[in-house]
Amino acid sequence: MNRIIMLPILLPLCTAAVMIFFRRRILLHRMLNAAGTAAMVGVSLVLLSSVHAQGILSLQVGGWEAPFGITFVADMLSSIMVVATAFIGFTTALYSLGTIDEKREHFFYYPLLQILLMGINGAFLTGDIFNLYVWFEVMLISSFVLLVLGGRPQQLEGAIKYVTLNLLSSSIFLAAVGILYGTAGTLNMADLAQKIPLLEHREMLSVVAVLFMITFGIKAAIFPLFFWLPASYHTPPMAVSAIFSGLLTKVGVYAIMRFFTTIFVHEEASFIHQVLLVLSAFTMVVGVLGAVAQYDMRKLLSFHIISQIGYMIFALAIQSPLAIAGGLFYMIHNIVAKTNLFYLSGIIRRLKGSWDLREIGGIYRFYPMLGLLFLVPALGLAGIPPLSGFWAKFLVIKAGLDSEHYLLAGIALCVSMLTLYSMIKIWNEAFWKDDPLGEGGVEDEAYLRIPSTRKAMIVVPIVILGGLTVIFGLWFEPFFGLADRAALELLDAGEYIDAVLGGKS
Amino acid sequence: MTFLLAVIVGVLYAAGTYLILRRSLVKVIFGLMLLGHAANLMIFTVGRLTKGAPAFVPEGAEALVEPFADPLPQALILTAIVIGFGVQAFTIVLFKRTYQELGTEDLDRMKSTDQLPGEKL
Repeated sequence: MNRIIMLPILLPLCTAAVMIFFRRRILLHRMLNAAGTAAMVGVSLVLLSSVHAQGILSLQVGGWEAPFGITFVADMLSSIMVVATAFIGFTTALYSLGTIDEKREHFFYYPLLQILLMGINGAFLTGDIFNLYVWFEVMLISSFVLLVLGGRPQQLEGAIKYVTLNLLSSSIFLAAVGILYGTAGTLNMADLAQKIPLLEHREMLSVVAVLFMITFGIKAAIFPLFFWLPASYHTPPMAVSAIFSGLLTKVGVYAIMRFFTTIFVHEEASFIHQVLLVLSAFTMVVGVLGAVAQYDMRKLLSFHIISQIGYMIFALAIQSPLAIAGGLFYMIHNIVAKTNLFYLSGIIRRLKGSWDLREIGGIYRFYPMLGLLFLVPALGLAGIPPLSGFWAKFLVIKAGLDSEHYLLAGIALCVSMLTLYSMIKIWNEAFWKDDPLGEGGVEDEAYLRIPSTRKAMIVVPIVILGGLTVIFGLWFEPFFGLADRAALELLDAGEYIDAVLGGKS
Repeated sequence: MTFLLAVIVGVLYAAGTYLILRRSLVKVIFGLMLLGHAANLMIFTVGRLTKGAPAFVPEGAEALVEPFADPLPQALILTAIVIGFGVQAFTIVLFKRTYQELGTEDLDRMKSTDQLPGEKL
């Protein structure tokens, strides 16, 4: 039964391999991609329910016992993240059917998407730090190619920044792994959680903790390390931007969560939480100010990602069970709402032919339903009840007040206002304002020529994710129950260690 | 030996950091490579150096006898070298293509993705 842990990784691998063998059959690519991601949704839900029923699952690959072999572990946090990945993967598969041009499809767009999903799932499920590095690289190399696919000058320029900073982060990661192995003699996460408190030579542990904070900080785009994100995320096609914005930075946040609640909780690393608290405030403020200044929809949303990462880092730096659960709920809410907003801005671009908010307008008059679909994630992101963002922000800020971080909780509230402001800005400019080009320029000709099946493919993902935002808000309790359990598992590593090292295979 | 390797690792890190701060694309890629090598060599050095003692279980014995060279850092480095090779190959092609498309290899001129529309930096 534990083998199900491998399925979220093997499934995309097999799909991608089959696609590469039939490289000229684009129709097959499209169908396999949609079917593969749909199957991944099913598999991930089964994984979540079996983790829910049986507790933490672990699998020793090749029968090599932990801590010698590579372990895959599915605890509550990992399986929740895998479910989120599967949903975003599925909706992106549909959205790609409606938006990606044939030229990109011929150049292995779909196999790359599958490999990207494989890398992300691998990073969530692995229980070994070096293996985490390998999954990061799998994820990075496919994201590099997806980013430059199409080869427009702007894409290349964005990719230079993205690639350079991510490679730098990888080399820091590698150095940290080396020092950690030299200090602790193991790279298995459960084994580390057990051994680090007992180590004699502890001088290097704080260095390792800082190095890990920097690598994952670059991946998660926290305050002084985020510059690659707004420089590159707006350059690829919308489907690619959407899946990047939903998932890639969250892998960094996941890694910070895993490392600094389970592995590095000893004295030598406790200052990291103080550093993260300060950085989270800067991340929230700088991100949202960047967003407010922008008129390009994609850039505005890209800066928003950074600001939202600040909330998650704030939550996990507080380290109380409520805060971690809140941070996790925030992450899931954000993955759903943010990806949805990227999908929507892709539609607005198709309708109006421009990303610049100053040049477009009047969408509400002709497409009122689209306005409704936009308001759900936009108000959700800003934190208006009863949508998911309300609970997410409520939990994080309540945890901040409970732990007497009044200043930071205040900052979080102010940033929330600015988030609302920038969402209203998109609403006012794109939906309510009269079209500056006059009545005639209302519809993009290219949009009208899209067949209605493709249009359905674009709208269905938005409806799915919008529905999720509403469901998270209205049926909050069961979801919070899951997040709460994940937080308790993270803060008390005992069960995790037992599951990996206790011979339960 | 450890001291010598430590010095080499330091020099590689210094050179790599200097190179990635340069404006020329070619130097940046060299810098990234040097940083990768520095990290690999560091794993090797921190993993404790042992000379002439392969990690084989001697005949008749049940387990390894000290001293033996730890095979794990070597396995890590091997994996990291292969991954690094692939990623660097991709980066070189990307940088070359960028040079061809944009007609410049000066990083200071590649700021159109960071600009607000109509703004001069």
